[in-house]
Amino acid sequence: MTVAVDFRNVDIVFGADQAGSLAMIDAGATRAEILEKTGNVLGCAGASLTVNEGEISVLMGLSGSGKSTLLRAVNRLNVVSRGQVLVKDGDKTVDVVTCDEVTLRRLRQKQVAMVFQQFGLLPWRTVEENVGLGLELAGVPEAERKERVKKQLELVHLDQWSKKYAHELSGGMQQRVGLARAFATEAPILLMDEPFSALDPLIRTKLQDELLQLQAELKKTIIFVSHDLEEALKIGSHITIMEGGRIVQTGAPEDIVLRPANDYVRDFIANVNPLSVLTAWNVMRDRRDLEHGDNGWVWLDRRKTTRFKIDDHGLVAAAERDGKPAVWVSCADVEGQSEEAAQVFWANPGTSLKTVMLAMHRSQTAPVALFDDQSRFVGAIGIRDVLSAVLRR
Amino acid sequence: MDPISKFMVDHKIPIGAWGKAFFGFLTDNFDTVFRAFSNGLNFLLDGLVDILLLVPPVLLALVIAAIAWLLQRSRPLAIGVFLGLIFIINQNLWKQTVQTLVLVVAAAAMAMAIGVPLGIWAAHKPKVYRIMLPVLDLMQTLPTFVYLIPVLTLFGLGNAPGLIVTIIFVIPTAVRLTHLGVVSVPKSIVEAGEAFGATKSQLLWKVELPSALPTIMAGLTQSIMLSLSMVVFAALIGAGGLGTEINRALGSRRIDLGLEAGLAIVVLAIVLDRMTRIAVGGKK
Repeated sequence: MTVAVDFRNVDIVFGADQAGSLAMIDAGATRAEILEKTGNVLGCAGASLTVNEGEISVLMGLSGSGKSTLLRAVNRLNVVSRGQVLVKDGDKTVDVVTCDEVTLRRLRQKQVAMVFQQFGLLPWRTVEENVGLGLELAGVPEAERKERVKKQLELVHLDQWSKKYAHELSGGMQQRVGLARAFATEAPILLMDEPFSALDPLIRTKLQDELLQLQAELKKTIIFVSHDLEEALKIGSHITIMEGGRIVQTGAPEDIVLRPANDYVRDFIANVNPLSVLTAWNVMRDRRDLEHGDNGWVWLDRRKTTRFKIDDHGLVAAAERDGKPAVWVSCADVEGQSEEAAQVFWANPGTSLKTVMLAMHRSQTAPVALFDDQSRFVGAIGIRDVLSAVLRR
Repeated sequence: MDPISKFMVDHKIPIGAWGKAFFGFLTDNFDTVFRAFSNGLNFLLDGLVDILLLVPPVLLALVIAAIAWLLQRSRPLAIGVFLGLIFIINQNLWKQTVQTLVLVVAAAAMAMAIGVPLGIWAAHKPKVYRIMLPVLDLMQTLPTFVYLIPVLTLFGLGNAPGLIVTIIFVIPTAVRLTHLGVVSVPKSIVEAGEAFGATKSQLLWKVELPSALPTIMAGLTQSIMLSLSMVVFAALIGAGGLGTEINRALGSRRIDLGLEAGLAIVVLAIVLDRMTRIAVGGKK
């Protein structure tokens, strides 16, 4: 996997006494201590994070946690006091912290585009003139510019509105213009600074869906700042949680939910619905941990109601429920099944926990079996596994 | 007089003498330069007035009304402008009005030409603005009569010194409003420009100036109004126009003449104000 953006020990301090503040950071001082002693504001300290090409990496935290500060280091809207921010520029990598103005401008025009919380549209320009801003600044000839702008406007369904002024549009539409402006430069890296925070919840959800759809097609590298964990869990392939200018935890969404690194993260996820994040894989018991009987029989649950007979290739040869032969049915069809006692549902590791629970409900609390892509038995989920995951015990 | 005051008065700081010596030095050494400049300027202004006076008054009034229509796209305004100018012709003050108009437009244009760049500079460099601020205050609050004197000694009588006095008086407004406009460009759109790789000059021309334009245009309107108010004073050092009439009316206590010339200035002020308001209310 190629690295698109690499933060290496990034410290950002706002104020005149850079050297003094950095020394205090090294001594492990908090933001409040640094402010009191030097009058400088600690933006972020010792931040290291690798963002791979094509992923959506979400920076999370309360306001003032340094998430926007770190994001804005990527295109040097914030000046880094110490450390490196390596950004992929074609075949090579550029350290944004030390590169010259010409390189920086080229990066901003061609490699890194940005979407702002307050949209940042120019109110005296029409929608199409706004979308073309990046291309205009980069000196793209007018004919080509028009063509690319038109394409982007179609992508975000705003082609009908191209001649309107930005302030004539609703908030959601304005941010679509912001998105189109960022896409128009065809920059592979996209910085999104709380892009949907200023929108009402319905529009926010809609734009999140649209972003995910576009991302499936465009495969950009997106660094996304958010203070909304539901949003982060929904769109992020990686989540980084920040507090007081420092990174507290980085991981996949389910890592954050299942294994919070400290109380701050635990508080953060306290109100998150685990059903929206967890998959069957996160809650299953591995087949090696299950109780094995004679002749290749394996008990799927602790109550010993259901067992599978596994052959030498890991495939299921027979199934029994309450001592009687049972059929095994895919979770994917759970909606269409009648409630029969002799059914055992199976799922893939990627099946959502919600579907697994539905399957259990349908089969009168029978365990759900998990199979991999080659139909091999990998583990099982009993009712206790589900309860402990949901209750986080 | 008490001894302390007497002591202080006896040791008066000779500010007046220093000023006089400074201007004496200028007149002694650069008199020819100033006079040549003054003569050239007088020639330009008088020439322009003469050309405009060659045009029949009603035709010129029509042309100005047409310009008003072009700027504002408003029929009532164009008709109003035309009627106002007809009133001035009717009062037999056309020649003086044209002189005043040339002076005012030239002064406002020069003040903007100098003030806008200074305002942009001040907006980008807060330190520069801190230094500029007291100078601007001085230019605006020093009683006009005070700097009529040195300007008179340097440039002599005529339209040119009148123009220079007016420009000095008006520049601070142009600077202040430009500064205000550029400083209050929303940070989010400046950052948007930067984030998409704007150079410093692209940022100025494509982001800052368009955003500040309404405020800068308000500065233009203000400059024109202030120039008009300065015209009466400029007449004291020989600038022609409606100011001369008012001064003459004052000297000979002619209420009728004062009223006529005064009303002509009001009409001119309203006409210019409405004509230049256009950019503010226009494209948003």
